Amino acid sequence: MIEFILGVLTSANYWFIVLRSTAPILLVTLGAVITEQAGIKNMALEGSMLWAALTGVIASAATGNAWVGLAAGIGASVLVALILGFFALKLDANAVLCGVALNLVATGGTVFVLFSLTGDKGISSSLPSKVLPALTIPFVKDIPWIGKVISGQNIIVYISALAVIVIDLILRRFTIGRRIRATGENIEAARAAGIDPVRIKFFSLIVSGILAGFAGCFLSMGYTSNFTSGIAAGRGYVANAAQVVAGGTAVGSIFAAMLFGLMDAMATFLQNVGMPPELIQALPYAVTILGFVVVTFIRDRREAERKRRLFSKNSVPSAQARAS
Amino acid sequence: MNTIRRFFTDRDSLAPILVTVFAGLFSLLAGIVLIFIVSKNPVQSVRNFLLAPFLRSYNFYYLLIVMVPITFTGLALCIIYQLRYMSLIVDASFYTGAVVATAVGTQLALPPGLHPAVAMLAAGIVGGIIGLLPAVLKIKWRANELVSSLMLNYVFYFFGSFIILYFLRDRSQTILSSLPFKASFRLPRLVENTQLHAGFIIAAVFVVLVSIFLFRTRWGYEIRLTGANQKFANYAGLPVASIILYAHFISGFLGGVGGAVEMAGLYRAFIWQMNPSYAWDGVIVAMLARKNPKFVPISALFFAYLRVGADFMSRRGDVAFEFITLLQGLIILILASDRIVNYFKERRLKRQVLSKTGAEAGAEASPGAGAAQGGAR
Repeated sequence: MIEFILGVLTSANYWFIVLRSTAPILLVTLGAVITEQAGIKNMALEGSMLWAALTGVIASAATGNAWVGLAAGIGASVLVALILGFFALKLDANAVLCGVALNLVATGGTVFVLFSLTGDKGISSSLPSKVLPALTIPFVKDIPWIGKVISGQNIIVYISALAVIVIDLILRRFTIGRRIRATGENIEAARAAGIDPVRIKFFSLIVSGILAGFAGCFLSMGYTSNFTSGIAAGRGYVANAAQVVAGGTAVGSIFAAMLFGLMDAMATFLQNVGMPPELIQALPYAVTILGFVVVTFIRDRREAERKRRLFSKNSVPSAQARAS
Repeated sequence: MNTIRRFFTDRDSLAPILVTVFAGLFSLLAGIVLIFIVSKNPVQSVRNFLLAPFLRSYNFYYLLIVMVPITFTGLALCIIYQLRYMSLIVDASFYTGAVVATAVGTQLALPPGLHPAVAMLAAGIVGGIIGLLPAVLKIKWRANELVSSLMLNYVFYFFGSFIILYFLRDRSQTILSSLPFKASFRLPRLVENTQLHAGFIIAAVFVVLVSIFLFRTRWGYEIRLTGANQKFANYAGLPVASIILYAHFISGFLGGVGGAVEMAGLYRAFIWQMNPSYAWDGVIVAMLARKNPKFVPISALFFAYLRVGADFMSRRGDVAFEFITLLQGLIILILASDRIVNYFKERRLKRQVLSKTGAEAGAEASPGAGAAQGGAR
């Protein structure tokens, strides 16, 4: 068993699949990071992905062009984020409940639309949808082991890597990123500094919608070549846990998403050696929650430590003596 | 006359009731519009959707049967929402409860009556322990309970189907099915030749029990107090952590019992190919009931009515059953929107102000309006 796992871990094929399963999670995790930094929880990421996946398939089938499908999918995903924004920011609704509602609508609504168009509730195979292209990178593809892993991936996988850089720049280098973090940190202070929190939150929701749109379209037009009901499989929820593991940074998202990707890819291999598939399918979620709990635990401890130190620095000597 | 008018204008509870009715009617209307958009035969479809329970007696009993599981999950979520928590772990409690009940129903030999009772107790305890998990994670490590419960739901779903497949599966069947339940496990029917089972009465009993528990006992009061203001409860010397824990246990217990009742009442074997996810319906039922268990049967009835109508319509026409999720989402969105709730509250306030005289009333009403704003979450 251990030999088998070691064999898998050294094969280029495994790491190729790791990158492939990490990409969609990475994209939505970045979306969760940027909204969380702005102080609004985007629980509707799951729904965004579902609508993007379906719309992408329909639009690409209607026009015969995968890029039109991608654009339409992103549009649908952003629309979901905007609806969330409208209810949460304009009508003062609880953002989490709205997200739950929008996911519910997406789970049933995508099936409803699929059925109305094709008469099938499970899969869109009757639609002649297109697939986004895979890229072969010159020179890199000739490097022995690495070439097989990195080259030949779907274009969205490369976009997901690019997205990390873009989100990192937005959050850390641009003014808008400072405003986003200020809004998330202390909304009153941000308002006093002349920032319009509602606009900032809408901005971050739109960005997260775009990211979830890429992720959703990848699932139905690259990862697989069809829309199937429930295709997002909880990735939008995983993103909200992974966001915590990522510690609110774009670079941290890579590790958090990779955690899920590693397990997801391992699951496909373990299935071949007769491990019960039900337990294996639970693995990515179980590991994500484990990482989630460990990171919140560590962060909480560090926070307590920081407070303790702050407190002891300011306190009178006698208190220090008592403490020691 | 004056007392009647005061009844309708002075009571705090009227505005939320109005919003709830508004949300229900608005979503029904939206549903009808949607049917007109997609159906080739909209009039027939709308008729089937709205009148399903009255067109066939089968549908009427089906309505009552559908009420049972969503009453249980609705009650469970009422307790969670009274605590102002967001955990959705009831889904896992319900599903695992059904799995535990399957184990008891197929493996043990007990006399009728006792058999389903033992199954419900076992399912309830397991469901309650599962319900504790997100609360423990939240208390110990401040992990967001909604996120952790959603993850755990997947884990327990896969684990439950693993148990069914590897330990309880009926291998003589080609389709996925557990071993058949023992005859003693099944709940008696209430009406001959229908599927209406004793679980309906069990659900009704639990509605009464949970209502009494939440509003007439010390423990229920502590839950509501902790939900209203956790800091205050803490300063008042209440054991907040253990209150949160037992509230979650009871909530999970209700979910587990619900799963067991569903198995014992409706099925001959465990045949769920996927998770029916009654917890999501429970969210809407609990919100429509305004987290008050007393109103759970009413909102469960409304909700079952939507479901049965959609089911009947989809089997008779060209509109897919899933269209009701759009209505469900709409209901949650409306009820969650403070601005809409406040609109109804302010309208009532305005009317009050107008009925009084000039300046004095204005001075009285403005702090009231502020309280209404602040009071809604």
